[in-house]
Amino acid sequence: MSNIEDRGYANPEMLVDTEWVAEHLNDSNVRIIESNEDPLLYSSGHIGGAVEVDWTRDLNDPIKRDYLHRDAFEALTSRLGISQETTLVFYGDKNNWWATYAAWVFQLFGHQNVRIMDGGRIKWLKEGRPLSKEVPSYPATTYAGPPRDDSTVRSFRHEVMTHVQRGGKLIDVRSPEEFNGTRLHMEAYPNEGALRGGHIPGARSVPWAKAIDAEDGTFLPADQLRDLYENGADVHPDEDIVVYCRIGERSSHTWFVLKYLLGFTKVKNYDGSWTEWGNLVGAPIEK
Amino acid sequence: MIPPKLQEFLDDLHLFPDRAERIQALISLGEEFENPSTTELPRTPQGRVPGCESEVFVSSSPRPDGTLDYRFAVDNPQGISAMALARILMAGLSGAPLDQVQEVSDDLVYTVFGRELSMGKSLGLTGMVRMAKFEASRAI
Repeated sequence: MSNIEDRGYANPEMLVDTEWVAEHLNDSNVRIIESNEDPLLYSSGHIGGAVEVDWTRDLNDPIKRDYLHRDAFEALTSRLGISQETTLVFYGDKNNWWATYAAWVFQLFGHQNVRIMDGGRIKWLKEGRPLSKEVPSYPATTYAGPPRDDSTVRSFRHEVMTHVQRGGKLIDVRSPEEFNGTRLHMEAYPNEGALRGGHIPGARSVPWAKAIDAEDGTFLPADQLRDLYENGADVHPDEDIVVYCRIGERSSHTWFVLKYLLGFTKVKNYDGSWTEWGNLVGAPIEK
Repeated sequence: MIPPKLQEFLDDLHLFPDRAERIQALISLGEEFENPSTTELPRTPQGRVPGCESEVFVSSSPRPDGTLDYRFAVDNPQGISAMALARILMAGLSGAPLDQVQEVSDDLVYTVFGRELSMGKSLGLTGMVRMAKFEASRAI
């Protein structure tokens, strides 16, 4: 894959390559953060100096279905030695699926100084770069961030309903089988299913992983992404767009692609997604 | 009844009530896993563990006493959880009475890894347990 700056992205600074990370391992203004689905992976070896954000323990409210609130976020950032000025570089397994999810949650608290390491953990490994088992410790910080603001990057079901009634555009990033309703859940995720199959009316199907180069796990160049989304799904940078999947994690990957790589200004992630919509009494569904 | 060798693994893991220590113990088990070559364990569609994102395959061979030796292949260098579970199942189930293997609960995955395992990961690992039980059922 070509250099990031040669791929025509709207915001190329949102991506860093593995070499950049290797050169900034000891940069006190940068915090490298690994976020995986596999809970053993970070402890089995990670980029030297990287801390872990565990999506199950660190990002969610422990009781209700919601994300952490301001106090918990400030405790998390303090524990990780992060200030409001720190540049955060997320990376992880599964083509950065969980890394973009974590980056999206951080944006709820206004921390926009985030980057994604292009290619994720597997690219770092394939390049033969070293891993460390040492868990770093950084001086605790006092992070006085703004209250959580869901209004700019998150969409709730009543907003999605209004969006649908207005004929707004949506991207469904699940598998084609989930989109057309022949499967009620993602393969291997039966407990995250729904009582009804199909998709939100008006949604176009663009599985999230199509934005990734299958060879090295990096993001596709902008012209290929534009072809995928603008030509293939008829969504455009100045439009209101809602992206969704099952619980909002795969769609955070597409949210990142649309917002930062293609420069869509009004894209939101509906994290209620199909586990909410497909179980919602009376919600309109297309197949 | 849980096969005694499997119970030994569970007892050992219970010695680590701290999550971080348990993770380290599981990583150590995963690192002990030696992935068999394709000659040693052919990767067949019938032997592939469904629902497991790592490419995991299972096979078994009979012992003279009628029990089985269970073997796993994990074709994913990042599949550390699958490797740890493979190590536990191979050592914990091989040589155990087939009816005991069949009665192993799918919840073994939660007993080993804890409830904080993600849905996808737990179901993939559960597939490994089910495939080992299926091997036992075929041998009866």
